[in-house]
Amino acid sequence: MRRVLPAVLALAAALGITAAAKAQTVVADLSQSRVAITTNFAGSQILVFGAVQETGPDAGTPFDIIVTVSGPREPVTVRKKDRVAGIWVNTEAVDITAAPAFYAISTNRRMEQILSMTEDLRRSITIPRAIRSAGLASQVDEAEEFTEALIRLRERNGSYRVEEHGVTMIGQPLFRTDINLPSNISEGRYTARIFMLRDKEVIASYTDVLDVRKVGLERWIYNLAQEQAMIYGLLSLAIAMAAGWGASAAFRYIRGS
Amino acid sequence: MQIYLPIAEVSVNAFQLLGLGGLVGVLSGMFGVGGGFLLTPLLFFAGIPPAVAVATGANQIVASSVSGVLAHFRRKTVDIRMGFVLQAGGLVGAAMGIAVFNMLKALGQVDLLITLFYVVFLGIVGSLMLVESLRALRRSKSDVPKPYTRRQRNWVHTWPLKMRFRASGLYISVIPPLLVGMSVGVLAAIMGVGGGFIMVPAMIYILGMPTKVVVGTSLFQIILVAAFSTLLHAITNHTVDMILALLLLIGGVVGAQFGTQIGTKLKAEQLRVLLAALVLAVCGKLAADLLIEPRELFSISESGGHS
Repeated sequence: MRRVLPAVLALAAALGITAAAKAQTVVADLSQSRVAITTNFAGSQILVFGAVQETGPDAGTPFDIIVTVSGPREPVTVRKKDRVAGIWVNTEAVDITAAPAFYAISTNRRMEQILSMTEDLRRSITIPRAIRSAGLASQVDEAEEFTEALIRLRERNGSYRVEEHGVTMIGQPLFRTDINLPSNISEGRYTARIFMLRDKEVIASYTDVLDVRKVGLERWIYNLAQEQAMIYGLLSLAIAMAAGWGASAAFRYIRGS
Repeated sequence: MQIYLPIAEVSVNAFQLLGLGGLVGVLSGMFGVGGGFLLTPLLFFAGIPPAVAVATGANQIVASSVSGVLAHFRRKTVDIRMGFVLQAGGLVGAAMGIAVFNMLKALGQVDLLITLFYVVFLGIVGSLMLVESLRALRRSKSDVPKPYTRRQRNWVHTWPLKMRFRASGLYISVIPPLLVGMSVGVLAAIMGVGGGFIMVPAMIYILGMPTKVVVGTSLFQIILVAAFSTLLHAITNHTVDMILALLLLIGGVVGAQFGTQIGTKLKAEQLRVLLAALVLAVCGKLAADLLIEPRELFSISESGGHS
C-alpha cells in the first residue's frame, strides 16, 4: 500500500491538472460536413454553431469567438509591373510558399480588441499570418508589398474575407456565424477552426473538416480530363466538329425549306 | 443562369459565354479568322484562368471553323489544294516556332515579347491593308471604268515548281505558299493562335488569291492547326474545359453561319476594310495595355497552372 499511494497521488494530481486545463471546452459543428459542387453551383453558405462548456471560477464571464475557414494551401507567384523604356512589363516576381485558396474569418468583435499578436503568430489566425511566406525577404526588397497585393486581390474577388461582428452570441454559452463560400472555390479539404478567447488569449479551440467536392457531371469531366487526357482531348474535338457540322446542316435545312 | 466549370473551377453566366462565342463566330465566318486573338482576352475578362482560356479557345475555334468552312465548301470558295500546301508549310513553321518559343522562355519575359510581336505585326498588317482597301474602295465607287490590267505579275509568278490552284485561279510556284504557310506557322506557334489574321492578308497580298476564296481556305487550314493545339493542351496541361467549350461553341457555330452570310453580302474591298479595322483595333488595345499605367500593378498566378 505504501508504494501504491504516491502513484495514486501523482495520478490524481495529473488528473487534477488536466481537469483544470480543460475547464473550457468548445463544442461546435458545421451545418454540413461536405459541400457538393454541382453544375449549377453558385456558392454556398455554411452555418457554424457551437457552445462553450466551462467550469471553474471564470465560468459565466464574457468570452470572444473567432471562426476561421481555410481552403487548401497552394504555392502562388505574385508579379509586379514596372515601367521599362516607356512600357509596362512584369519586372519583379515573388514565390509565396503556401497561401490558402480561400480564407474566411468571422469574429464577434473587432480583431485587435480580442486577439493578441503573440496568439496570432502562434496559431496563424489572421490572413497575413495564414499565408506562409518563408524566405520572402531574400527574393525582393519590399516583400511585404507582394503579400499585401495578394491579400488585396483575393479580398477583391471574394476569396479572402473578414467579418468582424460576424459571430453572434446567443446567450452566454452559445454562438453562431455564417460563412459564405463563393462560387469560384476549388475543391479540397477545408478546415474550420473555432477559437475561444478571453483577455486576448486563446483558451480553447476546436477544429473541424469541411469536404468540398465536385460531384456528378463535374466529377466525371474532371476525372476524365486528368486520367484519360488523350480520350478527353479527342472527345472535345469530336464535339466541336459535330457541333460545327450540325450548325451548318441546320442552317442549310432552315434556308432550304 | 450560373454554371460551374469543372476545369476552370469558376462559376460563370452561361448566356454571357454564349454571346461571346457568337460574336467570335460571326467574325470567324466573315473574315476567315479563327478569332483566337479576340476570344482569349475576352475570356480572361470573363474571369476564366489564362491557361484554360487559351486551351479551350482553341477547341471553340475548331467548331466555328468547321461550321464556317462547310458553308464555304457549298459555295465552292475553298481552295483545298492551296490549303494543304499552306498546311504543309505550317507544320514545319510550327515546329520551328515552338523551338523559338522555348528559346524565348529560357530568356524570360516571353509574355512581353509575344505582346510586342503582336503589336508590331498587327500594326503593320492592319495599316497596309486599310490603306490598300480604302484606295480600292474609292476606285470602285468613282464610276470610272477600271482600265483592264492583267493581274500583277510579281516575284511569286516567276519561281519554278509551278502548280495550278484552280479554285483561286492561280498558276504559281508552290514555294511561295509553302513559305507563307511556314512563316505563319512560326508566328502562330509563338503567339498561340491559329494565325488566320496573318494568313488572310498574306494570301491576298503575297499570293494574290481572290478575297472570296481566301476566307474559306484560311478556315480550312485553321481547323487542323487549332485541333492539333487543342489536343496538345488537353494532354500536357489538362486545361481544356469541356463545358466552357460547349457553351462557346454553341454560340460560335451559329455565329459563324451568320458571319458567312454577312461576308457574302459585302464587297471584297469592304470586307478588307473591316478586317483591317479589326486588326488595328486589337493592335491598339494591346499597345494601350503596354503604354498606359495599369490600375493594379500586381498579378497573381497559381504556380500549378503556370501559363
